[in-house]
Amino acid sequence: MGIELAGLSWNPLSDLGQLTEFPFMVQALEAGTIVATLAGAIGWFMVLRRQTFAGHPLSVIAFPGAAGATLAGLPLALGYFGACGLGALVLSVAGSGRGGHSGESAVTGTVQAVGLGLGFLFVTLYSGQLSELESLLFGTFLGITASQVQTLLWVAIAALAALAAIGRPLLFASVDDAVAGAAGVPTGALSLAFLLLLGMAVAATAEITGALLVFALLVTPAATAQQITARPAPGLMLSVGLALVVTWVGLGIAYFSPYPVGFWVTSISFGLYVAVRLLRAGLSRRNPEAPGAPA
Amino acid sequence: MLAHEFMRNAYLAGSFVALACGLVGYFVVLRSQVFAGDALSHVAFTGALAAAAAGIDIRLGVFLATIAVAMGMGLLGGRGRPDDVVIGSVFAWVLGLGALFLSIFTAGSSGEDGTAAVRVLFGSILGLSAADAWLAAAIALVAAVALLAIARPLLFGSVDPDVAGSLGLPLRAVGLGFLALLAVVSAEATQAVGALLLLGLLAAPGGAARLLTDNPWHGLTLSAALALGSMWGGLALSYAVASLPPSFAVIAIASACFALAALRSRLRSDLAENPQIDREGGL
Repeated sequence: MGIELAGLSWNPLSDLGQLTEFPFMVQALEAGTIVATLAGAIGWFMVLRRQTFAGHPLSVIAFPGAAGATLAGLPLALGYFGACGLGALVLSVAGSGRGGHSGESAVTGTVQAVGLGLGFLFVTLYSGQLSELESLLFGTFLGITASQVQTLLWVAIAALAALAAIGRPLLFASVDDAVAGAAGVPTGALSLAFLLLLGMAVAATAEITGALLVFALLVTPAATAQQITARPAPGLMLSVGLALVVTWVGLGIAYFSPYPVGFWVTSISFGLYVAVRLLRAGLSRRNPEAPGAPA
Repeated sequence: MLAHEFMRNAYLAGSFVALACGLVGYFVVLRSQVFAGDALSHVAFTGALAAAAAGIDIRLGVFLATIAVAMGMGLLGGRGRPDDVVIGSVFAWVLGLGALFLSIFTAGSSGEDGTAAVRVLFGSILGLSAADAWLAAAIALVAAVALLAIARPLLFGSVDPDVAGSLGLPLRAVGLGFLALLAVVSAEATQAVGALLLLGLLAAPGGAARLLTDNPWHGLTLSAALALGSMWGGLALSYAVASLPPSFAVIAIASACFALAALRSRLRSDLAENPQIDREGGL
């Protein structure tokens, strides 16, 4: 382990040098950059579409996926992406049924508890160690391999290309589903496609932050960006930028500190969100006739 | 099976916790507050590990954390129903804090205490002492009685908040009271099935009861019965199959009930109505 060698000095350049000295850290930074770009972009649509609650069971399903893959001796990435893709399909089928809003949230809550329970069962059967469970749930940056970075890169490119292709109608459908449907936009197909993309983003993010902390990159930067601007293009870029900053700073601090990367990433991104909200509240008190906030 | 003391304790605590979960869970589903229950379950985890890291009783940490956060959510969100993005953001940070306390705790203690995290996350119902079990049962019973006491205004306020408000019902107080009860029940269920799985014990029986009957009083009873049945069945199953964790068995049975109820209501609606109504329900 290279951690013993790490130490913070007064020279910021040498500290940055230290960060890139070990291949595991370089791979973690590469993976973090890819993941943050993907999560920032897809998370922005997720917050716009108010699908926060739909995203959560997906993130939780990543845990049994990865634990099951470990138990079966399959590659970890297959477990993550397979489980999240499957989960997205199940959610979109279940969500289109009847039962109204409350029925749907009972479905998502139940799916999530079953997912976590299954993951726990797999880890128990594998008789894995606590550290295994902990890194699946709360993330790690020590174990990211070069081949994992490669997979992440291709998945991210494919997902972002797909998002770019459906971006315009998706934006329309997200803002006003009924009008978009009347104008001939296939809203049902779009929402299925988006859930699949969300599944990919969640699976990629879970490899860095752990299954339980996915929201720190997926929801919080996007929500912060939408607090700052309601316009799509700058908002999307801001969301990606914030996710990148959160990931880089979080990984950097975690390298020098004894505490887990998940804690730093979530704290930084939540801190930014609170700061922006407070700032906005202060601004709107100073000039109350400023245009209203997006809710 | 009941000759073992740990099984008797598990059944004692489990029955009352399941009863309270079923009652509260029905309203959680009815009021579309599953996400709030979810956030509370994760707060329970952080509270427990914070208490463990500070060296105080884990239960105290769980109760303090869930009640404080439930009150905060109720007051911040306005009208006692918190906003999804706010919960989602708070929620990720709270879990991150939990990860921090976990690493402080595991670094500060010797190896065998490392299982505390697993106990908090996935429950420890088979490890309860007799005193623990009696205390858990008593608190759960009090919560269940309190819920039944406010059930009537709560039901009215959940189904039709506008009319209930115009009749002068104190909706905000009732909503806050309900969140407080939800917090207590979440903290209780953390001991039984663990912070990560308690949502299943809240949402699955309530969701199944909602699908099976439109009458709220029948639904409430049914939800409590389903939760109780899942707890009993799950405990028996995990006793019979040693490698099966009890919390997983409980959640698996509760979810199977929900899946069957969903299947039944879908088949019925296909028979009874035009299939095209199905397509409209997507919102």
